This record gives sequence, structure tokens and C-alpha cells, in this order.
Amino acid sequence: MAEPILEVEGLVKHFPVRVGVLFKRTVGHVQAVDGVSFTLNKGETLGVVGESGCGKSTLAQVLMRLEPPTAGVARFEGRDIFGMKGAELRKLRRDIQIVLQDPYTSLNPRMTVGDIVGEPYEIHTEVAPKGDRQRKVQELLEIVGLNPEHINRYPHQFSGGQRQRIGIARALALKPKVIVCDEPVSALDVSIQAQVMNLLGELQAEMGLSYLFIAHDLSVVRHLSNRVAVMYLGKIVEIGTEDDIYERPMHPYTQALLSAVPVPDPTQRGRRDVIRLTGDVPSPIDPPSGCRFRTRCWKAQDICATEVPELVPRNGGHPAACHFAEERAVV
Amino acid sequence: MSDPGSVSGGSGLEAAAAAGVDQLSHVDDSSQKQRKPRSLWSDAWGELRTKPTFIISLVIIAVIVLMAIWPTLFTSVDPRHADLDKSLQPPSGDAWFGYDLQGYDVYARAMHGARASLLVGIFATLLTVLIGSTVGIIAGYAKTWLDSLLSRFADIFAGIPFVLGAIVILTTLNAPSENPGVVRIVTQVVLSIAVLSWPVAMRIMRSATLVAKQQDYVKAARGLGASPLRIVFRHLLPNTVAPVLVYATIALGAFIGAEATLAFLGIGLRPPVVSWGVMISESRDYFQSAPHMLLFPAGFVTVTVLAFVMLGDAVRDALDPKSR
Repeated sequence: MAEPILEVEGLVKHFPVRVGVLFKRTVGHVQAVDGVSFTLNKGETLGVVGESGCGKSTLAQVLMRLEPPTAGVARFEGRDIFGMKGAELRKLRRDIQIVLQDPYTSLNPRMTVGDIVGEPYEIHTEVAPKGDRQRKVQELLEIVGLNPEHINRYPHQFSGGQRQRIGIARALALKPKVIVCDEPVSALDVSIQAQVMNLLGELQAEMGLSYLFIAHDLSVVRHLSNRVAVMYLGKIVEIGTEDDIYERPMHPYTQALLSAVPVPDPTQRGRRDVIRLTGDVPSPIDPPSGCRFRTRCWKAQDICATEVPELVPRNGGHPAACHFAEERAVV
Repeated sequence: MSDPGSVSGGSGLEAAAAAGVDQLSHVDDSSQKQRKPRSLWSDAWGELRTKPTFIISLVIIAVIVLMAIWPTLFTSVDPRHADLDKSLQPPSGDAWFGYDLQGYDVYARAMHGARASLLVGIFATLLTVLIGSTVGIIAGYAKTWLDSLLSRFADIFAGIPFVLGAIVILTTLNAPSENPGVVRIVTQVVLSIAVLSWPVAMRIMRSATLVAKQQDYVKAARGLGASPLRIVFRHLLPNTVAPVLVYATIALGAFIGAEATLAFLGIGLRPPVVSWGVMISESRDYFQSAPHMLLFPAGFVTVTVLAFVMLGDAVRDALDPKSR
């Protein structure tokens, strides 16, 4: 069995909702991430899918220590991430890096490409001696498929796909072991998406990277992931291998998501039963009791309102958080 | 690729021409490589160069600055030479702007007055922007309680009406009978303008910082482990300085006007200092009999303020990518 590199247990992130001008009082909490557990193995890609507002990006930010967690544990190579300080935290920064969603805001418009990609070396001076930095930066640009001579250009002189490559080069600079990809291709054209996805795949094969790959596009995730976790309202509702999720989905939400994927073959159109969910995603400030999906689920019974379904293997298959989990081929 | 000269058999001329072309293209290439990359600032400069309002205001400001540095370039008359025989004489070929009550040459004094007015404007602007942006960037970047504290503190100063506040400060510092020295009164005027105006710069800086702080590149820098100082100086400041710069340009003009206001009220600069404000103040009682005493210095203040406001407008338009 593969060796785990990143383990997350019961991760919770609540944002307080405050009202009042001078004296703010807390009226509730946005439960962005509520008890998420998973394991990322070495050299593996774990895809995380879910619709907007389900807590995917918050999960990434908490793991990057950009936001403090409310509760829970995350371990990188066995060491507790949230307890790290000083030199240990600096070491962690070298091991876990992030590629952000929007290539238009993730690069400082006042810095040249050389400065942007070289910044990791300025912060972690021990990685590369001063005289060596420009060469390293040019190497990185070459690795991600950019012209190393463009080192003095500014971000606005590049296209969206090229900018995302710059962001990837920056993430690679410190030779990390894990890269958190926070919807890295969702802001790009479909043709550019494929290029960037292929680049990410090649880099993984060459450098043995592990990806936590966050996306809202099921086909994008399938292309790259070994395992997939489906999130709904701050919780993982189903997790399994790529085949488990795409061929044998058990949770009704996963089934509904998959049935919404467009089919490129027109003869197949209308043959399969499309599951249409009704209603909106409930507010994460006041999520439904029991199973969070029950308000939109066609299988919901009384037990769903009273008992939270655990994310445990069901029907002898992979883990799914549903009392009435059953396999159903959708696509 | 083979050399085209050698393929054709290689007459000397052809080879030389080919070499020349080769060299030329090589030179071209290197100049392309060395060409400075286009940054937002150079984009803005390219836009500004073609704007008439920018050119006009820049010329006016250049003349005023030259006047302040080198007033004797414009006049050889001593601004402190009084000839009471000529008191209140209107403009003539001898003295273009006429004489004031004491028989001073108004033209000479207007030239020499530029220095004090401009100095007050520049120092008050520098101080305002320095205090305002320092507090603003701290408030914008810091955690919420410090932000609230600094913002409310700034609100206290912003709540004081400018003229009232300046009267209170300057009359408290100087007893009515006292006649403070030049350096002291200039310092006091600069300080009181800065103390009453910094909240504006602070608010501009704070809101610009709040916007910049949310940008993904700041997240990426934090993810790399960048220190707060590095984030502030490397990522926030370069992206927040533009609106403050625009404010500073406009404020400089406004502060020259403020200097004149305070001098007119008799609490700012005062004789023996020569400034436009002092000249306007001296003309107070003789406006009907000798309007030239008021009109010329007031004209200088108006034109200078206008030039800085126009400059600020032009710079803002050039730095705002949305207006392009």
C-alpha cells in the first residue's frame, strides 16, 4: 500500500458571522469545512470536487496555513502542520506549495516574471545561492514551457495560460513534495486547460509530486486523479478511487453530479436518466440537521434528519456518507 | 542553416552584404533584448506625454519651481527694499505689478514669495502622505482591532474642520503679541496642515491596502512563507502607491492655498516672511483703492493650485487602467 504523505483528520473551519458597527457580536458561524478527513499518498493525486461554496478552497487555505483551523489535525509526513512554528514552519513552506485559481490576480502586476518566480529563493535563501538564482529561474521557466528570455517581462504581457505556467513555476521553485492545486484550470479556455493539465501530469511523473487537486469540473478531475473526494456543504460525502466514483457512485449527490456531465455522443442523449436536483444549496451558516444533503435528496427518510451518516465503507465498497448508499451506474 | 553568401559562390561584395545584413539583424536583436520592459509606470508615462493638460500643468509647475529656487532669475529688485514715496502706486512700466502700502515692488515680492509658499506646500504634503500612508497601510494590513483603533483615531482628526483646527493650533502655539521666527512659524504651519490632513491620505492608503491584501498574489507570498515586512514592501506598497501619489499632487496645490488662507487670517506665515499668503493678507484693507495688491498674488496662488490639480487629474487617468 502507498505511503501517506498528508493525513487530515476531522478538519473544521468555521468563520464567525459578526454584526454591529462598534461592538461586533457573533450571530453565527459559516461552517465552511466541517469535519473533513482524508489521506494523500506519496506520488498520488487526490481530486476534490464539489460545487461553489462547498468549502474546497477553504480546505486548501487551511492546509496551506493561510487560515487557522477551528479544529482538527493535519499531518505532513507524520508531523502536525497546525502546531508548527518558526524554522519548522519554514521547512513546511518548502514542502507544500499552492497553485491558485485565477492567473490574473495570483501574480503581482508590479513584479517581473523573474522576480515572481525568484521570490521563493529570496525568502528561502538557503535553497539557492544568490549568483545561481537567475539560472534557476530560467530553468524553471523552461520546465513549464516558457521562454527563459522573458524573465524581464511583466505578467500583463502574458496570456492566461502562460500566467498559470508562471504560477506553477513559482510553486515548483522550492522543490515541494505536495502541491495544492486550487482550481488551477477553471479560469482558462478549454484548449489551454488541456495543456496545463498535461504539464501538471508530466511534472508529477518527473518529480514524484503529490497533488491535492481541487476543481468543480468532474472531467478535469478524472483526467488527473487516482482518487476522488466529493464535497458537499463542508463535508466529504464520498471518497474512493477514480473508478469507484465514476463507475460505481453510491452517494446520491455524486450520482446527481455525474448525471449532469454532458455526453459528447448525440445518440446517447436522452437515453440515460438525468437526475435533476431541486432547490438551492442550503446556507452553510445554518446547515440541515443530520445529513446535509437530505433537503435535496430523493431518497431522504426520517433517519436522514436525525442521524448524521458516517463516511464509512458501504455495501462492501468504498466510503460514502449516506444511509441508503447503493451503486448506480450513471454514465 | 548555411550562409547565403557561400551558397551563391561567394563574390566578395555579396559576402560583405550578407555579413552586413547578418550584423544588422544581430544588432537589432540585442537592442530588442535590452529594451526596457513595459511596466505600468512606463505605460502611464507614454499616455501622459501626449496629454495637453499634463504638459501645460507641468510647464506651469516648472516655472513656479524655478521661481522658488532662483527668484533673482526673474527680478533684480530687492523684495525688502521699501520706498514709501511709491506707496500703493498702480502697475506701470517701472514696476509691472505696482507697489504695495510699504512701497515694496509687488512683482519682486511675488517672485520671491514663491519659495515660502511652495516649501510649505511640499513639506506639508510630504508629512501628510508619510503619516497618512504609514498609518493607513498598518491599519489596512493589521488585524481588525488595531484597524478599528487607528481608523477611529483618524476619524477624530478628520472631524475637526480645517480652518477652525488650524486657528486653535496656531493661536495656542503663539501668543497674539508674539512674533515667532521664520523657521518656527513655517514649521508650525506645516505641522498643523499635516496634523489636520493626514486622515485623508490614511483612508486612501487603507482602502487601497484592503483591496491589495485580498489579492491572490499576497496569498501566494504568504504560502511561500514571506514575512509581513516583505509582503508590505514588496507586494502591497507598489500596488497601493498610485492613488496616494494622485492625492499628493492635488493636495500640494490645496496646501499652497491653505498657506494663503492661514496667512490671510494672520495666524500663518507673517512678515518679515515673503509669501503669496502674506501678500494677500497685507492687501486686506486696501483692496478697493489698490486692487493690484490682491489680484497678482491671488492670481499666482490660483494658477499654481490649478496646475497641481490638473497634474493630479492627468496622473490619475494615466494610472487607472480602467480609464484607458
